[in-house]
Amino acid sequence: MSRGFDPPTGWTQDQPLVAIDDVHKAFGEVEVLKGIGFDVCKGEVACIIGPSGAGKSTLIRCVNALVPFQKGSIKVLGIEVNDPHLDKLRLRKHVGMVFQQYNLFPHRTALQNVMMAPILVLKRPRTEVEAEAYALLKKVRLEGKEKAYPGEMSGGQQQRVAIARSLAMHPDLMLFDEVTAALDPETVKEVLLAIRQLAEEGMTCILVTHEMSFAREVASHIYFTDRGVIVEHGPPAEFFSAPRDARTRAFLSQIL
Amino acid sequence: MHGIALWFRHLHETTGINLTIAYDPFDRARFLRGFLVTLELSAISILGSVLVGIVGAWLQGSRLRWTRRFVQGYIQLFRNTPPLVQMFFFYFGLSVLMPTVKNRFGMQQPLIGGFAWASISLIFFAGAFNVEIFRSGIEAIPSSTIEAAEALGYTRLQTYIHVVLPLATRVCLPALTNNLVNLIKTTTLAYAIAVPELLYVSNQIWSDSVNVPVMMVVLFIIYIALVGLLVAAMNAWERALRRPGLGT
Repeated sequence: MSRGFDPPTGWTQDQPLVAIDDVHKAFGEVEVLKGIGFDVCKGEVACIIGPSGAGKSTLIRCVNALVPFQKGSIKVLGIEVNDPHLDKLRLRKHVGMVFQQYNLFPHRTALQNVMMAPILVLKRPRTEVEAEAYALLKKVRLEGKEKAYPGEMSGGQQQRVAIARSLAMHPDLMLFDEVTAALDPETVKEVLLAIRQLAEEGMTCILVTHEMSFAREVASHIYFTDRGVIVEHGPPAEFFSAPRDARTRAFLSQIL
Repeated sequence: MHGIALWFRHLHETTGINLTIAYDPFDRARFLRGFLVTLELSAISILGSVLVGIVGAWLQGSRLRWTRRFVQGYIQLFRNTPPLVQMFFFYFGLSVLMPTVKNRFGMQQPLIGGFAWASISLIFFAGAFNVEIFRSGIEAIPSSTIEAAEALGYTRLQTYIHVVLPLATRVCLPALTNNLVNLIKTTTLAYAIAVPELLYVSNQIWSDSVNVPVMMVVLFIIYIALVGLLVAAMNAWERALRRPGLGT
């Protein structure tokens, strides 16, 4: 399952895999990100938490250039995202993303959903991709569901197909945008299990989540954002046990 | 075969129902040729106009403003003018500007003949509607599905071919069927530029044999059957595209 790592120019292991610096993003008059910055090193799991409207989702969408931002810099493996000449496809080959609404291709089976991108985008041979897709679906505990269409699966199952679909591209970084927010409590567990397994294998992740107990368990670092800025951050043990800022305390007391 | 011909001749003599295409070899041959021309014209213009619809809808989503304007202009021009006028425009207007070639009798003949002009004209006419039909299908696709393809590194064209088009087709198939049904019926306009299609040869036959009502009934039956066949095929396609949780 290994693929030759294609190291983008100038990036070395000792640099942060993602370097976010002073990012500003406005939708028209409304400024949603007002100078956010942090680094994520290889193998780290960064959790972004905060109230709705804090700009969490916008931030991670900026990381793989799904939305443009006006000011600041995001470097993924040394690739500058805020560059008008950015090769988006090259960036996205390194960055996987899982969405709140799964966004599977409803006309394709689970297996086909996983196979399409490696074949179309990476031009890899079908037989090899197929074998790997079976293995990936097994890994997210969906053995036997290969031929099912998204419409025949539960939300949690669809979300795990979405995770497998992203992994099939061998990303160096995974973005999770509130991936359990649309699920019923029973199926949340299976999805979190799949993410935890990835984190334990050393996948670099940025996750936006409302699952505080999960964040506490898997995160290397927690970032609490509110109204477009990072209010407070720290390793989970510290962050949850002794929050310093009043806004953090108010937020945590509501959630926990 | 001979028995059938005799029976139809007898039918003519006893009742006056004169179905010359059933007993007269000459009429039968030209009628069949006309039928084949209609089939060919329908098939070419269906395929061509669907292709125009697919490509046009793709260009409509272009980032270049002038590409979008060009498509919009095309749609306005061909949707808002009568198809017969369009056909005359191509056949009598544009064809004058086209080069001619020497045929095997040593005469000059136009490079693009009546059949080709009729095909082009019908493709442009139905294509304009097809662009709008595919666009309506595309607009029904959630932008988040397209975003997922983008995030996986699909190019815009790959997203269109593998995600947008298959989903849009499912949405717009009923409207597409309607337009293609109309298109088959509109092939009779080629009569006006002397393409020997079904209506044209029928006209020749009834001019010779003065059997207008009989030939009219034959024409109706044939077009009902042709359109019925198309609708059945489109319905079968719609069923084949059905997926759990998609549409109804």
